[in-house]
Amino acid sequence: MEDAPAAVVDSPAAVDDTAMADAADAQAATEDVKPADESSQPAKESNGTKAAEIKQEEKQEVKLEDLFDGIDSDDDLSLPEDGQEPQQPELADTPGASIELLRAYYQRFFPWRYMFQWLNHSPVPTNDFKHREFSLWLHNDAVMRYQSFPTSDLFRKDVLRLMPRRIEIGPVYTADPRDRKTFRNSAAFQPIAKELCFDIDLTDYDDIRTCCDKANICNKCWKFTTMAIKVLDTALREDFGFNHILWVYSGRRGVHAWVCDRKARTLADQHRKAITAYFEVIAGKQGGKRVNVRRPLHPHLSRSIEILKDHFQEDVLEIQDPWQSSEKAEYLLQQIPDLQLRDALRKKWDSSPGRASTSKWADIDALARTDASGGLDAHSLLDAKQDILLEYTYPRLDIAVSQRLNHLLKSPFVIHPGTGRVCVPIDRNNLDAFDPLDVPTLPRLVREIDEWAETEGASRAMAAVEVSDGAAVGGSSSQDVKPVPDWEKTSLKPYIEHFRSFVATLMRDERETAVKRERDEDGDVQIKTESLDF
Amino acid sequence: MNRIDIKRTKVLDHRKKQFADPSYKDTEYPHRLNFYSTPPTADITLEQFEQWAMDRLRILAELEACSFRNKTPAETAVHMKPLLEKYLPLDSTSSNSSELNIQRQRDHYSHFILRLAFASTEDLRRRFTRVETMLFRLRFQADDSRERAAFVRSLNLDWEPVSEEEKRELAPLLATTIGFGHGRRAQQVMDEEWCKVDWMRVPDLTEGRKVYIRAGKAYVPAREQQSMVLNAYTKRLEQALELTSRALPRLDEDDRLTPILDHLSKSFIAPDASYTGSGTAIDGAEITAGNMDNLSQHFPMCMSNLHRSLRRDAHLKHFGRLQYTLFLKGIGLNLEECLIFWRSSFRNITDDTFNKDYRYNVQHAYGQVGGDMNRRGGGYSPFSCQKILTERAPGSGEAHGCPYRHFSLDNLTALLRASGVTDRGVLQGVKEDTDSQKFHMACNRVFEHLHHTELKRAKDDGIMTAAQLDTIVHPNEYFKRSYQLKNMDGRSKQKQEGDIKMEG
Repeated sequence: MEDAPAAVVDSPAAVDDTAMADAADAQAATEDVKPADESSQPAKESNGTKAAEIKQEEKQEVKLEDLFDGIDSDDDLSLPEDGQEPQQPELADTPGASIELLRAYYQRFFPWRYMFQWLNHSPVPTNDFKHREFSLWLHNDAVMRYQSFPTSDLFRKDVLRLMPRRIEIGPVYTADPRDRKTFRNSAAFQPIAKELCFDIDLTDYDDIRTCCDKANICNKCWKFTTMAIKVLDTALREDFGFNHILWVYSGRRGVHAWVCDRKARTLADQHRKAITAYFEVIAGKQGGKRVNVRRPLHPHLSRSIEILKDHFQEDVLEIQDPWQSSEKAEYLLQQIPDLQLRDALRKKWDSSPGRASTSKWADIDALARTDASGGLDAHSLLDAKQDILLEYTYPRLDIAVSQRLNHLLKSPFVIHPGTGRVCVPIDRNNLDAFDPLDVPTLPRLVREIDEWAETEGASRAMAAVEVSDGAAVGGSSSQDVKPVPDWEKTSLKPYIEHFRSFVATLMRDERETAVKRERDEDGDVQIKTESLDF
Repeated sequence: MNRIDIKRTKVLDHRKKQFADPSYKDTEYPHRLNFYSTPPTADITLEQFEQWAMDRLRILAELEACSFRNKTPAETAVHMKPLLEKYLPLDSTSSNSSELNIQRQRDHYSHFILRLAFASTEDLRRRFTRVETMLFRLRFQADDSRERAAFVRSLNLDWEPVSEEEKRELAPLLATTIGFGHGRRAQQVMDEEWCKVDWMRVPDLTEGRKVYIRAGKAYVPAREQQSMVLNAYTKRLEQALELTSRALPRLDEDDRLTPILDHLSKSFIAPDASYTGSGTAIDGAEITAGNMDNLSQHFPMCMSNLHRSLRRDAHLKHFGRLQYTLFLKGIGLNLEECLIFWRSSFRNITDDTFNKDYRYNVQHAYGQVGGDMNRRGGGYSPFSCQKILTERAPGSGEAHGCPYRHFSLDNLTALLRASGVTDRGVLQGVKEDTDSQKFHMACNRVFEHLHHTELKRAKDDGIMTAAQLDTIVHPNEYFKRSYQLKNMDGRSKQKQEGDIKMEG
């Protein structure tokens, strides 16, 4: 309920007939009303043409895959096709098109099976999944909270029926969230588990990034996220001993972390608050000193500085050049504890306006060394420099997401409605290679699958023909060739494969600890093996 | 709490086992401190039972008083030291005192006796846990560090001690968590006792990055262990008291103990239980219904507010009447005068209404009517500050409670001005006190302001001892002291006469 949507519909029965009709009505009536939370969409003049393009592609698909039978293929065909690639891909606003595209996505690309396994921690449906809250954001801005699904198939079925533009994941409750109103006392319906989540949003870096602001990002400022992930990931693993951390691109300007270890999932609010505070370094509002950490530095902070210092040099000083303007440089000067040094620096920088931040940073040490009076406190200067480094590199967290057990967070693999990008998981071992601007978008996926059909599909068909022609290739006849899942034909493939292996490790771990627990409880392994014989 | 092993020796004949007298092995006390997880089993005499409990109670009451007076831990420790030595001595193992075992036994038994006495109500349990934890903290801090470490080990709190090698290996990292400044602290790390616990057991330390954490284990230095031990102590005591309260109904088979326990818990409810009946009447004071307006200048704000409301409205609501009646009883107004006072104050009602609706309550408060218990106990005790502050906040139209706590700042200032407190400094001080929830301090500040000339004289002339000038924590004490200070001449004369008589 935190986001206070336009209307909240939480009874599925009501949605079936009325809400969906409402959705259609509302959108038909106000065709270009922006969704409430997409405040800064790029200009929309070209929407018409884009929509046409997309439809074009879909139309081809109908022939190929025979899945899109709901589309009126004669529609909009007369519009000219200019062949231009959309620079900033975006979902078309025409309700029919966007819903149909989304339907294609949910039907063919969304990794239902792995999502189910991820939340269920076992192949057979358990309460981890059955009592999990999902909330579905519909196209009329209504939000259905407290949805739950007994199996993966029913989850898929309901999503395809309702076509939510956004799916959020909440906690596991003591009972099925759909039954929550049947409990007389609230004690019987309590959240008991949820992944420990972190949210990093580049808008929080607006005062230190010089390339973009607000919802815009580029590869330069994306580096802030990269640094943040490295610091948090290392600390979560080394300090708290968590192993299953899933980093997910939020589709526009940030990342989410899902810590999925059993221990993390069952943390109480008190402990979530403690961890969040452990990570919190940048405090207060803009203006004034924002970093205030105790000396000697806690091991977590000294390690973080080790991780961050190269990034500070390259990604911040060189690329962002944060103290280029004299007013920003003045802010830097305010952090220098020694007044004499401060004045000397100011004089030097005033004489050469536009001096690069890298040089300015080097000047601090250079001038400090030449300090004739010797009255300079080297320790406090070092402390100040560390504080500055932390301020410009240390992760800035949206703490509300991490502190509460029952906070909802957007699910991985949904489509960001503003950018059309898929919220894909990020492989932390290949962090530097991740390019948020190159993340697959929904229109691109549709296009890729067509291309695959043209090239790969054709060659496979040829191969199959050859095989059936009698070339004896042991065992692999055309009947044995498994149909390739649609996501494998697209650029979504590496992301889903990463997710699959993440889920597989998580499940294996979960299974091992479950066996161990059982063994501990029984106190006798013999009994267990016997029972397995049945 | 899980049931601890019952220290029964084996009875070989199972048929006899059921009816045999249980025999226990003697409890041993290897440590000075005690978590009180095993109940005592040996026989003690009734006198010991009562005496030990009273001694411990005295200590606990004093500790509570210290906390009311906002004494710092250090001040409390100094204040308590002689008292502890007198009533509840507990020597360290290294002292080789011959009394060691009996001291520890007394400590053990008295704790469990008081548990019985204070398990009955939620309120008592909470207070008991609070003061017992204070006592435990006091002793824990005073304990020899080696013995303390041995004791902590014996608790089995699921702490893993950090080995010497690990300490050495992690020294630079651990050092950052135990001090400020840039100095070298490796030696300090080696000297300190460290233990490893799951970080979830110390969320407060995690939150402030006050401990080093690795692989989910927090490395806690000995001095931070105190809060963990105290938490564990409080938690166990709370659970044990809960269990005791459920077992209490089965205690009534013994009619020797119940009266003692009752008496103990009663005297804990009202530490100033002496304010009953007219026994505390101040010599020479004319305490009558007619003199109340005059005496009200000596009342603390809570009571003078009631008096003003009564005069203004010719009425008070139930809890206001109760609080005021008991206070009047405490200052020595007898029942007849009290009834006259209320009757004449409620001037807008008929005799009939008064007799029907109000007389009984006043009589009940004096213990004149009501159940056997009420009459024998002489009615209720006057409310202490603690009770007024914590119970039954006044609703609209009600005048009871503590103005420092329950009034808005504007109303409080108006009341103080009306009572003659106009000094800006004092008003500012009162504001700060109430802001920081130190209502006693505010009240005492006003008292000192209103009596500062008399107080100065009393101190100079040595008429009043330091104890008599201590912080006031009871409305009746406020009245008594105010009255004595304002009437010092008569009193000192009396005293002198008394002295002369003694000599003569």
